[in-house]
Amino acid sequence: MSDATTRNGECSCGKNRQKDTLVPAVGIITDIRQETPDVKTFCVNAPEGGKLFSHMPGQCAMVCVPGVGEAMFSITSSPTNRECQEFSIKSCGELTNYLHTMEAGEEILVRGPYGNSFPVDTELKGKNLLFIAGGIGLAPLRSVINYVLDNREDYGTVDILYGSRSAEDLVARKEIEEVWDKKEGVNVYLTIDRPQDDWKGHVGFVPAYLKELEFSADKTALVCGPPVMIKFVLEALHEMGFSSRQIYTTLELRMKCGIGKCGRCNIGSKYVCKDGPVFRCDQIDELPDEY
Amino acid sequence: MQEFMNEMIRRGKELLSGGAVQRVLGWKKGDLGYNPEPAFFLGEQDLDEFVYDGFCGANLSKFMIEASKMEGKTLVFLKPCDTYSYKQLLMEHRVDREKSYIIGVGCSGKLDVNKMQREGIRGIKSVEEEGDVLRFHTVYGEKECPRSRMLLERCHVCKGKEHQIYDERIGESEETGDRDRFEQVRQIEAMEPEERFAFFKGELSKCIRCNACRNVCPACSCRKCVFDGSQFDSSQKANADSFEEQMFHIIRAFHVTGRCTDCGECSRVCPQGIPLHLFNRKLIKDINTFYGEYQAGVSTDCEMPLTDYTAGDPEPNAAERGR
Amino acid sequence: MFKTEKAKLPALLEKIGEARDLIVPVLRCGQVNFELWERESQADLETLKTSKSPKDVFFPQSETLYSCIRDGKKISVKAEELRDRPFVVFGMKSCDVKALEVLDRVFLDEPADTYYQARREMGTVVSLACREPEETCFCRAFGIDCAEPEGDVAVWMTDASLYWKPLTEKGKALTGLVEDLLTDAGESELDEEKENIRSVCDQLPYMDLSLEGWNPESLQEKFDSPLWEELYRPCLACGTCTFVCPTCQCYDIKDFDTGHGVYRYRCWDSCMYSDFTMMAHGNNRTSQMQRFRQRFMHKLIYYPANYGGMYSCVGCGRCVSKCPSSLNIVKVIKKFAESSGDEGRGGVRP
Repeated sequence: MSDATTRNGECSCGKNRQKDTLVPAVGIITDIRQETPDVKTFCVNAPEGGKLFSHMPGQCAMVCVPGVGEAMFSITSSPTNRECQEFSIKSCGELTNYLHTMEAGEEILVRGPYGNSFPVDTELKGKNLLFIAGGIGLAPLRSVINYVLDNREDYGTVDILYGSRSAEDLVARKEIEEVWDKKEGVNVYLTIDRPQDDWKGHVGFVPAYLKELEFSADKTALVCGPPVMIKFVLEALHEMGFSSRQIYTTLELRMKCGIGKCGRCNIGSKYVCKDGPVFRCDQIDELPDEY
Repeated sequence: MQEFMNEMIRRGKELLSGGAVQRVLGWKKGDLGYNPEPAFFLGEQDLDEFVYDGFCGANLSKFMIEASKMEGKTLVFLKPCDTYSYKQLLMEHRVDREKSYIIGVGCSGKLDVNKMQREGIRGIKSVEEEGDVLRFHTVYGEKECPRSRMLLERCHVCKGKEHQIYDERIGESEETGDRDRFEQVRQIEAMEPEERFAFFKGELSKCIRCNACRNVCPACSCRKCVFDGSQFDSSQKANADSFEEQMFHIIRAFHVTGRCTDCGECSRVCPQGIPLHLFNRKLIKDINTFYGEYQAGVSTDCEMPLTDYTAGDPEPNAAERGR
Repeated sequence: MFKTEKAKLPALLEKIGEARDLIVPVLRCGQVNFELWERESQADLETLKTSKSPKDVFFPQSETLYSCIRDGKKISVKAEELRDRPFVVFGMKSCDVKALEVLDRVFLDEPADTYYQARREMGTVVSLACREPEETCFCRAFGIDCAEPEGDVAVWMTDASLYWKPLTEKGKALTGLVEDLLTDAGESELDEEKENIRSVCDQLPYMDLSLEGWNPESLQEKFDSPLWEELYRPCLACGTCTFVCPTCQCYDIKDFDTGHGVYRYRCWDSCMYSDFTMMAHGNNRTSQMQRFRQRFMHKLIYYPANYGGMYSCVGCGRCVSKCPSSLNIVKVIKKFAESSGDEGRGGVRP
């Protein structure tokens, strides 16, 4: 884990402690973007300005509203974003519903970053990359995509396949169309589940579109989305000749501590919060079927 | 008991092989001489591991909720006091009579392992029951004591030898009741309020919120318990505040009031030896006082005291005046 | 090695209890559990096992991590003070001392749990050899010798004497506090006592439980076994086994809203509970079979895989005597051994 583990900057009482793994830092929401009808992206900074910590693409952080709840979210901004950390959050439970009622200027609690990251500086370097995302699953991949685009010379071709229920449900659509799609050597493929009047692009599920696109198997695939999409995407990739070692994905289970101690996010002997959330598919193949 | 255990096994095998039942719910031999476990037996051969002795205290009624969701009929062995729980569950439509074949089995009181430990009987290799004598073979030598001294509390206030519901019966029962059921309650009622509060605070402060009392309780048959939600400060696990533990037990006692048959399983399983049955028994005593004698699990068609209003019911503050 | 008359035990406890916070097995409302000693406490060092393990001395069942106050848009956080006063736990058995090693690996592994770490640093462990081990004990299966306990000071109580052996620097410091009660003793004076204890262990039914076949390599095979479906049946899904266990370390973090500030606290959690892995979009363990399997797989496969082969069970036997359905880890291990079809593997010798 990076050396930027949460420090409790606010607390003056803990004279005998160096770093508190379970005590969060205070973060301030500096901006909120409505991405889709039920997804908002929150920009978070330290109250005194600057970023709360530094992280790597794929890592997560615990976001807490006292009295409401605490949960793990992937950090959707790239480390190359010097301004803030961003979290794209879908409204689907007690905490996330509450977060959606919050406004810029309000404070929340954040601890992290937790977990491993996509191996952007090692295994992925120099590779042709194929990003496949569904719905809110774009959140963790967006961090990698922007990291890769900001260090463009370190990587080969970049293909981005992203789908969601409808055009309105595409997260970060503006950035996708105005930034990613305009970059040289980057191909963006968007799809939505059902046809709609104002949509001229592709219609159909991600796994089916993936097969139509007939990518060559010289790429490394990074996949993130709902479990059912991941299942069929993996099948399609294997059919297309991708080996498990060429595919990365992220897993998500209930977490409390974020540091591999509270004991609930294990799959076999691996803890998703500590050993994940990023797994290469050959690693997942070795895990018992309980996720 | 040995003869009729063999008869139980024989009938179990017979009903299984004839296809009259799909499975047998009973007790399986343990490995310490005193730790049989509730078990479903699927085949005739499995019944070779069947046991019925003084340590089969577990009330199997609650397992019939699960069994009622399974394919086909389940043969269940119920002791007289277990049948009250089954009948109460039947009234609440939690078990399926059509899917149950009930053999009422004789009972001469069940044994309390905690009492054995308190008597300093340890290192047990095997136990023999012979009439009113319990013989322990231990690594620290042979030990003997009267069986009646090792009975579960509930057996000292036995509800009687009658099975409340059955398809057939095997074995004779013996009366083991030798105490007044409400004596302990009266003692606590006679305490000064401070003394009584201290008593319950002492007992409940031992609670570790393991939920064994709730999970074993046949009256706690809700599909999802209110304490299993996260909305509650008293939810499921230990809280920052011991007040919440007290709340848990008091809410639970009230929730089972009128439905609790006083089967005593809560106190039997509590790992901290909290006499949880006292809450229930106090409420039963109050019901008897205010609404007339009532025993849950005797009848499936009677009107229940707390769900049935009559003009003669006492006023809400009667509990206070009634003491 | 030192000794004193056994009759001096109350004086010894008083001496320690006056100088430090002293935690001993105390009889209260019919149960013996580790508690803070007070002059009027009924200390009980004769009862072999406390109902609960002493793990909550270091990892309390419930503890506040920090409190926070929301003031308009602002939040202030105040972390709970860490333990900074030394204390002594007296009377921990070999199994329970070993269990601390199991907890250490989890909580002291980077990043260390500061709350636990502070308690470990401040605590001095006085262990006590088991005089009369019981049929539910199986510490030996995990290589633990109940006649030779570890810790900072080891204590033996014979009919007439109390033997005192400091094992660490902390133990020597504590010895200094009570030395006017102690006289020198020879190590060999205990030989017979230790032999007696071990020969009792030889006769106990669970002591030679074999753990063969329980290793990280057999993860998939054990996970996929049909035996779980049969074994879990009597399980009531309560948390008794996990809460009396000295090595179960899973916890939950929750809020307690006082109305004028929120306490964020953690409390023991149980993998047996239905909400353990429940989250907004689903649950990866929906059946009790899965939850039951998790507990034993964690202790016998997952934990050893993560921590150098060490099992997360010390054979204290509390789950054996406390399970409402008489289920336990021994029955699980034996069942797997039986069905491996090889008489020589696993199981318990006749």
